Amino acid sequence: MSIIEVKDLDLFYGDFQALKKVNTVIEKNKVSALIGPSGCGKSTFLRTLNRMNDLIRNVKINGQVMFEGREIYDEDLDVVALRRKIGMVFQKPNPFPKSVYENVAYGPRRCGVKNKRDLDRIVEESLKEAALWEEVKDRLNKSALGLSGGQQQRLCIARALAMKPEVLLMDEPTSALDPIATNKIEDLITQLKKHYTIVIVTHSMHQAARISDYTNFFLMGELVEKDGTDKIFTNPKDQRTEDYVTGRFG
Amino acid sequence: MEQSQIKEKTIFKKDERKRNTQKIMFALFTLCMLAVIIPTILIIGFIIVKGVGTVNWSFISEMPRMGMKEGGILPAIVGTLYLVVGTILFSFPLGVGAAIYLTEYAEQGKLTRLIRIAVLNLAGVPSIVYGLFGLGLFVFFLGFGSSIIAGALTLACLILPIIITTSEEAIKSVPDGYREASLAVGASKWETILHVVLPRAMPGILTGGILGIGRAAGETAPILLTVAAFFIPRMPNSLFDQVMALPYHLYIVSTQVPGMPESIKYGTALVLLGLVGVFFLIATLIRLKFKNSTS
Repeated sequence: MSIIEVKDLDLFYGDFQALKKVNTVIEKNKVSALIGPSGCGKSTFLRTLNRMNDLIRNVKINGQVMFEGREIYDEDLDVVALRRKIGMVFQKPNPFPKSVYENVAYGPRRCGVKNKRDLDRIVEESLKEAALWEEVKDRLNKSALGLSGGQQQRLCIARALAMKPEVLLMDEPTSALDPIATNKIEDLITQLKKHYTIVIVTHSMHQAARISDYTNFFLMGELVEKDGTDKIFTNPKDQRTEDYVTGRFG
Repeated sequence: MEQSQIKEKTIFKKDERKRNTQKIMFALFTLCMLAVIIPTILIIGFIIVKGVGTVNWSFISEMPRMGMKEGGILPAIVGTLYLVVGTILFSFPLGVGAAIYLTEYAEQGKLTRLIRIAVLNLAGVPSIVYGLFGLGLFVFFLGFGSSIIAGALTLACLILPIIITTSEEAIKSVPDGYREASLAVGASKWETILHVVLPRAMPGILTGGILGIGRAAGETAPILLTVAAFFIPRMPNSLFDQVMALPYHLYIVSTQVPGMPESIKYGTALVLLGLVGVFFLIATLIRLKFKNSTS
């Protein structure tokens, strides 16, 4: 079952066309990987899904992005509400310079959760979901900047989960981390897909192969091929996909 | 073989010329540093030495007597306090607000560039011109008369460029990652600015505030035209009262009253210096608090 449907999506930065007629669907409660060489548009595509590209000036978007049957580029759509349903984790761990607790409570506070007991519960649940609770439960009121890179990234995941989103977008979430921290995040992603739909941009084809159910291969702004991850890596339909996944370029 | 010999020679031979140039440059930089520090120490030291004998509790807590030649300078201290606090209240919200608008909301283009040039130019306008502007706008046109509010508003205009420029730099230096993270969990733009950008930028903004306070407390020309009284031996009753102020009082006791004892001049200067110091200290403490809570 699909949760996001993208139809004929074009995106321009000024005169430069970064996405060309992209058509794809994101399946519910699965991990979808976006792969491709640098500058192929995979991060740009990811950021169209929660309208983060709105922040960039001179961006023009044509086409349709449907989330749960609603057009997200509709003028009447509340972007803030959309982003509560579609959370995001970034390439560089970016916890706020606040305490661990306040980082996770930030989102819930912004949508009006004031009761201390409710906040405590959300913080604990989110940190447990992000497999970080045991490591930080004794230092909830210490600065988040004192955590290791991997812990910071899991904290950012907890911060996103605190909003109980439907979809979690991840933009190369492990590229700034060491192999052990990467491993933990990958395990976590596999756990999370039971309750969340995950879209992950990754530079590492091994990562895509390990954790994703579906893979979208982008090249120069085009979606070349989308299929089950097994098929993409063993039996791709397009020659360019095969060249990329076998390491002939990129 | 020959080549390797040349190499060894160049590695192990001390390059005298290079070392000497380096020494000379370091000496020059040290000299520059001293040239900056020595006058500061001299000025402050001179005023402390000359003034410290005068400054005691009665000097800062009593009204002036005998044509200001005796007694204390309490009304001038209170006047300057009122002016500085008033200036902060007017300029800080306005300046920070303008900086937020310029960095976070305004479409960057010709208009914002024009505004920035205007702000920079404003910083270069002589203070007496601000005084004249304040006299025309606040004292006469708005009918505040010569008053605390007219003086504070004039001083606020004077330090606005400093506050805007430093706040802008501070806000710009907040990494975009924080803004994105906040927006991505469904915070609105304003919530992002209020809860993430401003706390993080606050130490930098306060630095601008500190600079501004120093200027506002010490300026004489603008208050001369808009608020300062030659001699009022009582406390102000409202914002629309005239007051004495330390910088202007210092000017008066130094030049306008014959037979004024030296000690009162330097005592007044020392109190002004101390008052600015206290404001700096408060701002620095607030700054530290923000720094600790955000890092």
